[in-house]
Amino acid sequence: MPEAASARRPARAFAGAAAVAVALALLPILAGAMGDAWVRGLCFAALYVMLALGLNIVVGFAGLLDLGYIAFYAVGAYVYALLASPHLTEHFPALARAFPGGLHMPIWAVLPLGAGLAAAFGILLGAPVLKLRGDYLAIVTLGFGEIIRIFLNNLNAPLNFTNGPAGITLIEPVHIAGLDLSHSTTVLGLRVSSVLMYYYLLVALAVLAIVVCLRLQDSRLGRAWMAIREDEIAARTMGINVRNVKLLAFSLGASFGGIAGGMFAAFQGFVSPESFSLMESIIVLSMIVLGGLGHVPGVVLGAVMLAMLPEALRHTAVPVQQWLFGRVVIDAEVLRMLLYGLATVGIMLYRPRGLWPAPRHGVVAAVTPDRPAAAAGASHG
Amino acid sequence: MVEPLLRARGVNKRFGGLQALADVGIAIDRGQVYGLIGPNGAGKTTFFNVLTGLTVPDAGEFELDGRRYWPKEAHRVAQLGIARTFQNIRLFPEMTALENVMVGRHARCRANALDAVLRTPRARAEEAAIRIDSLKLMQDIGIDRYAQHQARTLPYGDQRRLEIARALATEPKLLALDEPAAGMNATEKDGLRALLQRIRATGVTILLIEHDVKLVMGLCDRVTVLDYGKVIAEGSPYDVQRDAAVVEAYLGTPHPQAQPRRALA
Repeated sequence: MPEAASARRPARAFAGAAAVAVALALLPILAGAMGDAWVRGLCFAALYVMLALGLNIVVGFAGLLDLGYIAFYAVGAYVYALLASPHLTEHFPALARAFPGGLHMPIWAVLPLGAGLAAAFGILLGAPVLKLRGDYLAIVTLGFGEIIRIFLNNLNAPLNFTNGPAGITLIEPVHIAGLDLSHSTTVLGLRVSSVLMYYYLLVALAVLAIVVCLRLQDSRLGRAWMAIREDEIAARTMGINVRNVKLLAFSLGASFGGIAGGMFAAFQGFVSPESFSLMESIIVLSMIVLGGLGHVPGVVLGAVMLAMLPEALRHTAVPVQQWLFGRVVIDAEVLRMLLYGLATVGIMLYRPRGLWPAPRHGVVAAVTPDRPAAAAGASHG
Repeated sequence: MVEPLLRARGVNKRFGGLQALADVGIAIDRGQVYGLIGPNGAGKTTFFNVLTGLTVPDAGEFELDGRRYWPKEAHRVAQLGIARTFQNIRLFPEMTALENVMVGRHARCRANALDAVLRTPRARAEEAAIRIDSLKLMQDIGIDRYAQHQARTLPYGDQRRLEIARALATEPKLLALDEPAAGMNATEKDGLRALLQRIRATGVTILLIEHDVKLVMGLCDRVTVLDYGKVIAEGSPYDVQRDAAVVEAYLGTPHPQAQPRRALA
């Protein structure tokens, strides 16, 4: 069993990884042929993959229902926005004197900071809810998400930290080794657009998130998360410090949100509290439920599907309806919510474990031929 | 005289108006199989929960292997060396049988989140060892053929065995079993008896709550009888069986008009 798994690994896994890498590299070039909007859609899909994977650590692995996850995305986004825009130096003269050239924190400093602060907020949320489960936990986390959004909305007076509902503008784009990702560049005579560079950066981060998740899942910590999900009391009697393990789930999950948020701010160049509504938390949760709670490939699938849906609808909803009815009956945005609702109901009815759930092991007794049941039975003593 | 492996003294626990445990004391020597019996509601499971840190007692002194401990947190008690099973089996139902046992290794391993993400050589070696040790343990118990099966799909008797394997994976000094034979048929009980004898032979001390009198009498070196939260008898199975208070607790007083207080367990 374990030997077989490691024996078939190297060659095939390498070939598989190479194929996926080539596909991911070529995908935006195909999508770009249909317009840059599609590549933008793919960028958002990569962001949502990160978010969904982070939430999956909390909800899928550790079994802690979290309806305020988007708050961590907001924390990451505002950390980047504040540290890489003129907002703070404009409103705080002391800071302007300290940084006469303005705040230009590089992405490699801001991302860990955003992740760290989001993780700290994760612990802040996790500590008071350690004893809560299910519905009660969901209500508290929902409240937490709203608190963060309302704070961002109102922290513009008396001291203007967040600029309130107007949001923060003029956020600097990502610079990597002198390369400004907001302007297209030329590589080997080929024009590489800004959005394409962001695509490669975001996909790289999303792939990193997948690797981290898979490694966590197959580790001592991953098993401890699943054990508290399955039976918290039994987990405690196995020597698992439930408090620490839950806080780790909250903070690690939150740090994914923090990184995704930072990239979101850099990519958009603008953040405002309305991007971090309860609806966003619910959409990220729908992604992991739709794809397969607790199963990393399923979660990625769910995130990509739901993230690409608006883009697909934008291009099809109007023409298809005009062709069918001669006019637009349902607006694309309304249609999107309708489809979300239908998808959720459909999943609950027909595939309650998600589109691509974790495989069920050995439901049928699988006694290998070289170890017949009789021999195993004899060792009962 | 040799120090006992586990000593508990003056254990008290009150739930509202109910004195669940009143001054309960117990001393278990190394290598013993120790029985804890009593009618339903006598406080046996409460005592188990107190001993393993799931229920915090109101008062009491606890000592394992010469070290005092206060059973406030179950995971610390497990790290200290007491592992337990549950009266109504509590496996991790959606995980495989092997993963269940691997969780049991948690207390004796150290890889943290960073080790897991970076796959450090130390973490990899530890993970391989966890897997091998767990499989070995399942072989010893005779349930290795279920390694890749979901725990909830195992036959009832083997779920009990899996729970014991998971408990043993924590390398306990004391293995506390809460009615391991409940719901088993005669053949399964014979298998369990043999298994417990094998476990004892490896040097693990066993504390056993059991209703099956035959199993207790055949297996235990010493027995404590609880009734209404109090110790009413303590001694060898032979003596306890003939103790007047024990007979009364189980069968009631031999007065012609007296109703048996409770059904015979």
